[in-house]
Amino acid sequence: MSQREQVEAFMKQMESFAETMKSSVGIPAIIDPRTGATMWYDQRELKLRYMISIEKIKKFFDALNEGKILATKCKSTGRIMFPPQIECPDDVGGEVEWVEMPTEGELVTWTVINIKPYSFSHYDDYIVGIARMPNGVNVLSWVRCRDPSRLKPGVKVRLLVVKREPEGYLTYELEPLEAP
Amino acid sequence: MARRVAIVGTGHSSFGVRLDVNIPELAYESIRQAISESGIGLDDVDLVVVGNAGGWSSEPLPAIVVNEYAGLSGKGTFRVEAACATGSAAIKAGRDAIASGEADIVLVVGVEKMNESPTPTVVEFIGRAGNYFWEFENFGITFPGYYALYATSYMFTYGAREEDLCEVAVKNHYYASFNPKAQFPRKITVEECMRSRYVAWPLKLYDSSPITDGSAAVVLASEEVAAKLTDSPVWIEAIGAASDTSNISKRGQFLGLEAARRAAREAYKKAGIEEGSIARSIDLAEVHDCFTIAEIMAYEDLGIAGRGEGYKLVREHQTYIGGLVPVNLSGGLKAKGHPIGATGVSMAVEMARQLLGRVESGRQAPIKVGRGLAHNVGGTGHYTYVTLYSLHKPRG
Repeated sequence: MSQREQVEAFMKQMESFAETMKSSVGIPAIIDPRTGATMWYDQRELKLRYMISIEKIKKFFDALNEGKILATKCKSTGRIMFPPQIECPDDVGGEVEWVEMPTEGELVTWTVINIKPYSFSHYDDYIVGIARMPNGVNVLSWVRCRDPSRLKPGVKVRLLVVKREPEGYLTYELEPLEAP
Repeated sequence: MARRVAIVGTGHSSFGVRLDVNIPELAYESIRQAISESGIGLDDVDLVVVGNAGGWSSEPLPAIVVNEYAGLSGKGTFRVEAACATGSAAIKAGRDAIASGEADIVLVVGVEKMNESPTPTVVEFIGRAGNYFWEFENFGITFPGYYALYATSYMFTYGAREEDLCEVAVKNHYYASFNPKAQFPRKITVEECMRSRYVAWPLKLYDSSPITDGSAAVVLASEEVAAKLTDSPVWIEAIGAASDTSNISKRGQFLGLEAARRAAREAYKKAGIEEGSIARSIDLAEVHDCFTIAEIMAYEDLGIAGRGEGYKLVREHQTYIGGLVPVNLSGGLKAKGHPIGATGVSMAVEMARQLLGRVESGRQAPIKVGRGLAHNVGGTGHYTYVTLYSLHKPRG
């Protein structure tokens, strides 16, 4: 059973318990099996899905569609910003230009996400890593690698545009050059 | 000139899975104790600061809900949020209100009811605490995952092993076994820790603080008022506050928390503690061991250990009572529990009671200097507060 199926099975169990209690005692009560404490099973569900503006950094997403990963650069200071932002924090009002990110870097650190958040609970365990690129900028993303035990700091990685499935949208990942 | 501020009353609930109480009931367990310990009446309170991170719990405006329940409606109030450092931020807000002359008595309450949501929802909320759009939306990082990035880097760089990390858990469980308010008041072994499953490799379940419900409260008073209320005030000697980037990728290294180093420097400077002398300038420390690696990095960030030496300190039992500096005698976040918004206030309560020699035997630090340090980190070093508590009236 995936982590998502486990959670859903658990919530269904709670709900059916609350339904039974509604018909017996009149309220959606849940009794904690360990402590015997009574809880109210919330009858209102809040669904949260945000609509986040990407209008000002649309170029980044247009470039993904062309297989490129962009950063922004302060024209006056030369500072490169990834994730991209359209203001220079060290030069108020300074102009920003779009630049391409290098495609190869070195892995700095990584982890394997074993216990997943609910909205990622349909995936198998995944690796999140940080790579340092030759322009001095770090990138955090998933690392495409079947055997994380062979990763080491300093391993050369490629930064590439990928399609995230099953959602089917473009994003980026790191991949060791010599796939371990 | 800023006025001096002291803790004159403390309250602390039992930490754990508190399905028996709702948010205001849980908060009131601490408020009642703190008010009665201080000897003030509710009318004396000028301001109520409520630390609560929330999201996982049902009440979006916890300050007013708690105040109504406690008979404090009508007072000036607000909720403070600085992730896992919420409690210390709340204390700073209360301290500042008194120091500035705006208030004489402030009630600071930290409360968190995390078990109102199922675990995967809580994991999701905490994982989103960093940079939601760039680090969570696509990559589903979790909170253990963030600290695991530090752990991997630290272990490869300095040669620390997973067993060394487990030594932190063993120590903190040992002291929690003397703390009746702790979520896990029982001892564990390195072997048990090593056998626990990975939550975010290389961090295991026993490297991680639990999901906790709990509350803590302190009554803060100005010097003049404190003198009337008690002959044993515990002074807030100095607070260092700092922050770091929201995107963890924008940091230069993953071996320690820059915000913690900065906050420590600021606090030491304010208290006149010379660099390199912190270990002999305090009797004990409570540090933010949300994960075992975090405690090891804290030793180094606070200057108790040199760079890359933190894991040796715990390996050599130097942070037990009798060692260099006893750390997390409450059981720490790891074993006392970590109700996000209450943790910093819980540290303040622990400091006050330790300095006054009031905690359970087995976990009472010998008090010689009369000063303790609380290190409270929010997010993955996004916020850090280093607070020094003292039995001696701070210099003006």
